[in-house]
Amino acid sequence: MLIYLSKRLAMMVPLLIGITFISFAIMHLAPGSPTDMATDLNPKMSAIAKERLTKLYGLDQPMHIQYWNWLKRLSVLDFGQSFAPDGRPVLEKILNRLPVTVTINLLSLFLILVVAVPLGVYSATRRGSFFDQASTVLVFIGFATPTFWLALLCMILFGVNLGWLPISGIKSLAHDQMGLWAQLWDYGRHLFLPVVLSAFGGLAGMSRYMRANMLEVVRQDYITTARAKGLSERVVIYRHAMRNALMPVVTILGLSVPGLIGGSVIFESIFAIPGLGKLFYDGVMARDYPLVMGGLVIGAVLTLVGNLLADLGYAAVDPRVRHEA
Amino acid sequence: MHNRKYLIPIVIALALLLASPALAAEEAKPVTGGEIILGTIGDATSLIPMITSDSASSDIQTHIYNGLLKYDKDIRLTGDLAESWEVSPDGLTITFRLRKNVRWQDGKPYTSADALFSYQFMVDPKTPTPYSGDYLKVAKAEAPDPHTFKVTYKEVFAPGLASWGLSQLPAHLLKGQDVRSSPLNRKPVGTGPYILEEWEPGTRISLKANPDYFDGRPYVDRVVYRVIPDTATIFLELRSGGIDMTGLDALQYKRQTSTKFFERNFKKYRYLSSTYTYVGWNLRDKRFKDVRVRRALSYAIDQDEIIKGVLLGLGQPATGPLKPGTYWYNPKVKRYEYDPAKAKALLAECGWKDSDGDGILDKDGEPFAFTMITNQGNQYRANAGVIIQRRLAQIGIKAELRTIEWAAFLKEFINKGRFEACILAWTIPPDPDLYDVWHSSNAKPGGLNFTDYKSPEVDRLLAEQRLTFDQAKRKAIIDRIQEIMAEDVPYTFLYVAEALPIVNSRFQGIKPAPAGITYNFERWWVPKARQGIKLVQ
Repeated sequence: MLIYLSKRLAMMVPLLIGITFISFAIMHLAPGSPTDMATDLNPKMSAIAKERLTKLYGLDQPMHIQYWNWLKRLSVLDFGQSFAPDGRPVLEKILNRLPVTVTINLLSLFLILVVAVPLGVYSATRRGSFFDQASTVLVFIGFATPTFWLALLCMILFGVNLGWLPISGIKSLAHDQMGLWAQLWDYGRHLFLPVVLSAFGGLAGMSRYMRANMLEVVRQDYITTARAKGLSERVVIYRHAMRNALMPVVTILGLSVPGLIGGSVIFESIFAIPGLGKLFYDGVMARDYPLVMGGLVIGAVLTLVGNLLADLGYAAVDPRVRHEA
Repeated sequence: MHNRKYLIPIVIALALLLASPALAAEEAKPVTGGEIILGTIGDATSLIPMITSDSASSDIQTHIYNGLLKYDKDIRLTGDLAESWEVSPDGLTITFRLRKNVRWQDGKPYTSADALFSYQFMVDPKTPTPYSGDYLKVAKAEAPDPHTFKVTYKEVFAPGLASWGLSQLPAHLLKGQDVRSSPLNRKPVGTGPYILEEWEPGTRISLKANPDYFDGRPYVDRVVYRVIPDTATIFLELRSGGIDMTGLDALQYKRQTSTKFFERNFKKYRYLSSTYTYVGWNLRDKRFKDVRVRRALSYAIDQDEIIKGVLLGLGQPATGPLKPGTYWYNPKVKRYEYDPAKAKALLAECGWKDSDGDGILDKDGEPFAFTMITNQGNQYRANAGVIIQRRLAQIGIKAELRTIEWAAFLKEFINKGRFEACILAWTIPPDPDLYDVWHSSNAKPGGLNFTDYKSPEVDRLLAEQRLTFDQAKRKAIIDRIQEIMAEDVPYTFLYVAEALPIVNSRFQGIKPAPAGITYNFERWWVPKARQGIKLVQ
């Protein structure tokens, strides 16, 4: 096991260096540079001012030196300062937005599981029934509907016409004067639409997966055995079949770890949620190199870690993986 | 918001207001209190002015800082922190007399040392500012006494006066500090009417009234900017009382805000914005080099149709690079009324005829076909392009339209001069110094004169107006420049759109003027009965 682990870790080193290189290259290959946004088509901008800005950001140095400097700082976990005029550290900017994005993603993942698993099981056990067909149609509608459009419709219905829910933001203006429970309720009201709508789009995948697994499992011999020895249908389905059908779903969950920090730009824009998706999108648009490169590296590292965890999980439960590797 | 107790008095008050608007306006006496909530599509980046170039930051900075000078409601320069100013007879020196008894928001007095520092800040190579150009022309800046600030230029520079709208920075907090890591980025200290109360990154920025503001405490207690990146969401927030003011687009102005509900709760305003949209012809292209072709194209494009189709009538035709109705604008220039026959005749004169009968004009076997480019994300420009495309097709010119992402658009096409025609817009600055965009020295890669317009006479006049402090004389020169440009048509000027703000009707004291509506923001107020009640059903 230890050998396996060290092998995997050693393999990650060149991968990491490759990731930093690609992150750096992508950003610098994109047309335009950070100074352009302030300087191009700006009548008040003189050539001297442009040179000064370029120098200030260290962009006048040769590409390989810029890369090396960045890499050196990165090795001590210093992601540098954002090129935006506020000049805040990239790490601080990312950490600032992380909680909102992770909370929304976790809640919506939870909601997907709570709804999709029973839905899949129920559909599988009543294959071809009206419920099965109706739920299939519904989840695919969810999958196919552009969420931004649905979001706007829900905002008009619940926010404007009925006045039940706030339209955007993650808390109301009077939030700071509220008590703890009122604050939580306030968050809940604000997050309700974003979480429900983002879960709606994800239902299809998970519920179809669950249904297929379930159909696969109930054909197995041990289910026949379970039925044959006289267990009730309830016990057969929920204790024997469902547990086994859940295994692959758990694997998918492991792989969705890096997705937890990914935000959706469109969603965050519509609901005015200060999340990571919008942060990186704006970063790309402003060619804020340190911010975007930092984001790419963190995302890539999380993916690596997620994969490693999934692999280790496999290795722990499946001896074949350990030995072949 | 949902308090029914107030509903009836408000309805009565509104009825009275509607019945005798003049009387009510005279009787009402401004009171303090209330708050205004605004939507901004982007978060501010820093609250130190002059180092930012995004509108979200500058919107908030204007509440916190003052300049030496400012523009009044008629877009004329007037004193702000400077009580008065005088220009020496040789035009080289400007002397500002500063107001006394102005205090920074932390209680320290504002003096000429701050004015001097603000200038030094701009020319310091370590300051990451895109706006240093105007200040580098200053040869010497002095503060002979605490209330006098004097600048001397190397040579006469008339547009320089307007540059002293420069936001004044606190020397005692910023001098010798690294501006990029200064706490003032996020906790600014200015002299302005509002003080930063709280900034939640990516969510909102709230400001509170400065009780010691030198020009009188602003009436509205709090100003809150909410970051809402999506314009559709901003509109829904407005509709449900979540924000009090926003800018509408033409469609929203005409079609979506004419209901009874909107009439009861909001007031709409319209005034000419300071941006003109144009088609720029690349003069390096041998077809567009011929002025007759450019004139023909201008005759073939129907400005009124574009204004009707794109802006739903909410705009005016542009005839040159300055804003219609302002002091510097010259209305007596050559105009190109829609006249396809004349366009065809002019093109025929240059040899463009449909000799092979395929419906497209040609010359020396080459059909007249070109591509217009514009940037992604501006529907007005793209729509104008489609209308132009159709009109040009009618006189036998094949024009393609292509939209490109902003950074690539600038870098790969505009700056390198790699385009045939482009649809773009320029901001019209209050000072009519057209040098940067039109002087031939700026017709270089990355320069603003990217269509390569070179006219020796315009060059001479542009240089001359910079040396002319006398307003009437300068106006004569600027008038002449506009005449030449209308003759030369380096651009086909399309339109100046209207700004279309909508404001919750509980705000009083809004007086539309050429400068718009926000110039007297500190004097807006909310009647006691309406404070805290955003919408009436």
